[in-house]
Amino acid sequence: MLSAYVPIAIFIVVATGFALFTLVVSGLLHSEKYNKVKLEPYECGIEPTTDARDRYSIRYYLVAMLFVIFDVETVFMFPWAVIFDKLLLFGLIEMLVFIFILVVGYYYAWQKGALEWA
Amino acid sequence: MTPLLVAQIGLTLFVFVMLLNSAAVMVYVERKVAAFLQQRLGPYRVGWQGVLQPLADIVKLMFKEELRPKAADAFLFALAPIIAATCAFAAFAVVPFGAETTFGGWLPEGLRLQVADVNVAILVVFAVASMSVYGIVLAGWSSNSKYSLLGGLRSSAQMISYELSYGLALAGVLIIGNSLSLTDIVNRQAGTWLGFIPKWFVFLQPIGFLIYMTAGIAETNRAPFDFPEAEQELVAGYHTEYSSMSFAMFFLAEYVNMVTVSAVATDLFLGGWHGPFLPESLGWIWFLVKVGAILFFYVWMRWTLPRYRYDQLMRFGWKVLLPVAVINLLVTAAGVLYFEL
Repeated sequence: MLSAYVPIAIFIVVATGFALFTLVVSGLLHSEKYNKVKLEPYECGIEPTTDARDRYSIRYYLVAMLFVIFDVETVFMFPWAVIFDKLLLFGLIEMLVFIFILVVGYYYAWQKGALEWA
Repeated sequence: MTPLLVAQIGLTLFVFVMLLNSAAVMVYVERKVAAFLQQRLGPYRVGWQGVLQPLADIVKLMFKEELRPKAADAFLFALAPIIAATCAFAAFAVVPFGAETTFGGWLPEGLRLQVADVNVAILVVFAVASMSVYGIVLAGWSSNSKYSLLGGLRSSAQMISYELSYGLALAGVLIIGNSLSLTDIVNRQAGTWLGFIPKWFVFLQPIGFLIYMTAGIAETNRAPFDFPEAEQELVAGYHTEYSSMSFAMFFLAEYVNMVTVSAVATDLFLGGWHGPFLPESLGWIWFLVKVGAILFFYVWMRWTLPRYRYDQLMRFGWKVLLPVAVINLLVTAAGVLYFEL
């Protein structure tokens, strides 16, 4: 059973190996002449003023939290969808109840402005 | 070493090399098609009609100096392009691209044209698609550059927003396909209705196909959803600070991701390797044609449509695509129930 996954592992190892190999080869080939200005982050030619890791919009966190909720929902639907031909009407009604509960939360998030960007 | 094992290993390496090649071909095709759409010539100096241009690009990038901002996180900065490239390749491992073959009787039993025949292939695709966010977020954060950070944040928010619709579009296919294995789903699309309409799921799931394609374009950060690298506002987004081969890795990842999204779309919606005129053993030609058509469509889109605004993108993803995907799922379930498919 698990042996079916071995080729995926081999594939991942080959891909990682390829990435490492090209990076190392390129590292051996190219020249390196660094100076202070070259090693500064790019900021359109102006001297960088503050650290880049500044505070940023809270919206990114909101989106991430909403994502976790709805992504779990999506993954929950996968097994339901696969055996839907056996669940039939009972499965559909159950999923309607499940989605109704989610829609309540979705409506709340919408009304609270969590989905607005600006 | 049985012949089957040798064939399997050979196939694995072959798929890897072909994916690399497809990225090189896509670089060339993108530039040529862009030129064609804008009535220019495009690359034509290196080799016949410029076909060796990608090779020249690689050689150039190999010899370029590798820069890393002094304040960057050295380990994560080096790790990010490797994660991006690895995730891009890993997803293709479960995609079948042809019927079982014995290579004209050379093998004792049939070999499936697929790196790994996993019975939960769709879950693997979905999982790896989520993983590829890491490469971009780490690249953006570790560079310690303002443009990179903003590009990485935008990109992650965009990718996770559209992943929901992406997953729900897949679930619609699962209802009519009754399997998580891509091979099974493709085999369910064999044959025709009324003798001339191929039994492709795109005809049963037209909305699902549109949602999948839209979300797929957003997932791969292509125009009109190419915010992570919106040149006019963010220079180059998350890979602003990358140069030389690490920069090439991100581009490789982007093109391989495109190929994977197109290949999965072909398997799920366009009947995979099934098609008229050709025997089943040559089905991989049909597969290539369909993937090529979707890829061309991708490039065509990029050079035709203007970029969205970021708030429009988020509104579209959360307020339009997500509800439509849920409704599509329920309608599909009701339809299966009513027509007893």
